[in-house]
Amino acid sequence: MKRRTPLIVWLLVLLVCAVGVSRTRFTADLSAFLPSAPTEAQALLVDLLRDGVASRMLLIGIEGGDAGARKQASQALAGALRASPAFVAVSNGESIGTDKDQRWLFDHRYRLSPAVTPERFSVAGLHAAIAESIDLLASSAGLLLKPIIARDPTAETLQVIEHFSRYRDAPTQAGLWTSRDGARTLLLATTAASGADTDGQAAAIATLRATFARLTTGAGHENLRLLVSGPGVFAVNARATIKDEVARLSSTGAALILILLLLIYRSPTALLLGLAPVATGALAGICAVSLGFGQVHGITLGFGLPLLGEAVDYAIYYFIQRDGADAGRFWRTIRLGVLTSVFGFGALLVTGFPGLAQVGLFSMTGLVTAVLTTRYVLPALTPARFAIRDVSVLGRGLRWLMGRSRRVGLLPLVAGALAAATLYVHRDHLWHHELGALSPVPEADQQLDARLRQDLPAPDVRFLVVASAHDADTALARAEGLGKVLDRLAADGRIGGFDSPARFLPSRATQAARIAALPDADTLRTRLAAATADLPLRADKLGPFIDDVAAARHAPALTRASLDGTALALAVDAMLIHHDSTWRALMPVRAVDDAHPIDPRAVRAALEASGVPDAVFVDIKSESERLYAGYLHEARTAAGGGVLAILILLAIALRSPARLLRLALPLLATVLVVIGALSLAGERLTLLHLVGMLLVVAVGSNYALFFDAGEHGTDGPSLRTLASLVVANLTTLAGFGILALSSVPVLHAIGIVVGPGALLALVFSALMHPATGPRRT
Amino acid sequence: MSVRRLILIPLLFQIATAAAAATGWTVDRLMHTLAQNAGGTVHFTERKYLAILDTPVESTGTLVYRRPDHLERHALTPRPESMVLDGNALTLTRPSGSLHMDLRDYPDAAALIESIRSTLAGDRAALERNYLLTLSGSQHAWTLDLSPSDTRIAALVVRIRIEGHGGQIDTVSVLQADGDRSEMRITPIPAAGS
Repeated sequence: MKRRTPLIVWLLVLLVCAVGVSRTRFTADLSAFLPSAPTEAQALLVDLLRDGVASRMLLIGIEGGDAGARKQASQALAGALRASPAFVAVSNGESIGTDKDQRWLFDHRYRLSPAVTPERFSVAGLHAAIAESIDLLASSAGLLLKPIIARDPTAETLQVIEHFSRYRDAPTQAGLWTSRDGARTLLLATTAASGADTDGQAAAIATLRATFARLTTGAGHENLRLLVSGPGVFAVNARATIKDEVARLSSTGAALILILLLLIYRSPTALLLGLAPVATGALAGICAVSLGFGQVHGITLGFGLPLLGEAVDYAIYYFIQRDGADAGRFWRTIRLGVLTSVFGFGALLVTGFPGLAQVGLFSMTGLVTAVLTTRYVLPALTPARFAIRDVSVLGRGLRWLMGRSRRVGLLPLVAGALAAATLYVHRDHLWHHELGALSPVPEADQQLDARLRQDLPAPDVRFLVVASAHDADTALARAEGLGKVLDRLAADGRIGGFDSPARFLPSRATQAARIAALPDADTLRTRLAAATADLPLRADKLGPFIDDVAAARHAPALTRASLDGTALALAVDAMLIHHDSTWRALMPVRAVDDAHPIDPRAVRAALEASGVPDAVFVDIKSESERLYAGYLHEARTAAGGGVLAILILLAIALRSPARLLRLALPLLATVLVVIGALSLAGERLTLLHLVGMLLVVAVGSNYALFFDAGEHGTDGPSLRTLASLVVANLTTLAGFGILALSSVPVLHAIGIVVGPGALLALVFSALMHPATGPRRT
Repeated sequence: MSVRRLILIPLLFQIATAAAAATGWTVDRLMHTLAQNAGGTVHFTERKYLAILDTPVESTGTLVYRRPDHLERHALTPRPESMVLDGNALTLTRPSGSLHMDLRDYPDAAALIESIRSTLAGDRAALERNYLLTLSGSQHAWTLDLSPSDTRIAALVVRIRIEGHGGQIDTVSVLQADGDRSEMRITPIPAAGS
């Protein structure tokens, strides 16, 4: 009966977890590794990275073949994509849609033109405006004005077009967008799917590739190549890579561990039993993450599973040391080992990355479940006459190492000191300081992106003024208020200029004020007669103008829906975004030129003085650097806190500063040597390496504890214990080492630190074991 | 005056054609001569006769041409304004700010500008894409008439007449489909050389 209770509990737990796992949603999107952000500017930044129109831009290049073929392909591709519902806009430098846009601007000129004021429609105002238009007729711009002058003698259309043109201020080269060296034609496509919708992005990219293949294979243009880049491509590739690598690496790692165990145990029963704690732990871990976060990220599984390699270790320790004399001491050591690991992973829970927090929760739950399974279920499952092969031979290598401790026991400390010196020399180049360091986008892809971005007029916005409100109209009204401030800054030469969604979609109040400035038909007729008395443009030719003004006074107000079907809709959508219940009007601000950079303090001061509420000035570059620095700091604190917690735990358990020191020194040396070597190899450290170091301390302290526990014996740890440490170490090395091969930075960084770190921790702990003199059995 | 002109023009035209044939002054030779022109800066005075206005409007300034497709028009009167055309990129700078346009967005303006630019470049192929060419006169006083062959341009422009001597253009007159016309007189700037 007593033997059966744990089994029943175990089966129930398995059942519940299996149900939980079957309901779990697995994701592989990057957003879990975009930190949840603390400040308004940073929240905006993360929103923009996720949802902004920039995140929906695909940069497309066509190369190979001759110029004629590239041109044909560019035109055909643009035409086909424009017809596809997956894309809302496609540009390749060809002029399209502008007729419609100009028509729209012309039709709504009296609501859009900032020049429309009551003064402009007075006799003096009309006279000045019309005289200027007549001079304009003489100029080269006269061709633009002539066809419309009878309807628009004050040239409001040109006022509006000037703003529009500034927005699309983009260099075009003859015919189509072409790279500077002429080797590529270029296109810019905006997907209908949002940047956060990775499935939608994947579908759009697939459509693009299929369309290109269809257009080129038939036309004898097979030698043309398609280059695609942009946030959507990155997200889709990253997801595919993560899915692929997590599956490949963890199955390879698992296979390696299985083969290793089979080689050592030579018993399928032992193998199955050994996997029971791991499987239970993994199920419980997934279940816990699913409950705590609502979903499980692929990366969590990716390095959560090797972490459970530590859970394999418990079964190994159990089998190999089962027959040992002092079971009580064995379980105490294991308990302490689990606690140190739990403290280590606990630190991950408090980092700002939902992804890392998931890993922390997964590992904590998994390890505790695995050790409980080992402690209470394995003995119940193990057949009475079960015995595994004597593997103590594996322990001999370690024993030999321990025997060298008198002569080379200080070697780890010397290596650690050397590594520390290296790190000190490299201290300025140790850390990556950009958010991009965490990006799983391969270097080559980033370079392609930079190349296409240089050739294309893709928005590369660095400074933004942001007006926020709870509805679109208030956000637009605030943007208009801030626009006045920015106009003054531009007039003073502090900034070069800015864009605003309110230019194409003025707030209701502004539209109403402009319409109110228009006189009725009779008044206008009278004033026109007076205003044109001494001008060559006579009032009797301006009947269409009077009609248009009268019509404008009764036209409905412009809304976002009025823009549908024009390129202006895209411009407004790019600059007026909403997330949850907050609307934000984004106003990209340009510097005058490179020699006159924007002074953020001057802009902030001017914005503050304006009294417009909820105005923010964002320097995206420095903000994203600060964001990353914040996370780095947070991760340092968390990792430091984790290590400190482990040390305190050990200090309490060991109750001897000398023992603590002996246990901690090899770990310290290990971490220093691993990081020193990485830095010598030219690898820049990210916060993920920090997390790796934390794991080295957590895993390594387990080994150290066994050496310490063995100290009670006269002979150091028994050969059996040493053998179990070697096997456990090999499985950890296999599980994490394989991650080091990953191209996903998150996995690579953890693997490259923990794999070698675990091995070194064992060797250093053995070398620094205090046993005196060479003892061989 | 206009009646006299109406009678005179066909007459002159015939004589000129005959003269051109006689002297071997052909479109090819004109184009070749124009193509020798490296470019430079000249004065211009342009008058536009618009139906909607009671009196013509006049503007003056300088023109700058660099082979093969760079053209600048800097007006001094009635208001300072400059237009820079590089390839298809058109930049219009006025005191109120500058305006960037793609010439292809404005086919009517493009048709006019292209005719002048291609003539300056001596690019017969480009001219003949959009116009039928008729040359009259001699090398020392020639007249090149461009009649749009493209219906889209013909809807806007009836005829462009370019007069000159040697590799030098003296006047450019444009008659638009709506009856409006413009006449630009070009004179060299003595100090600036060619």
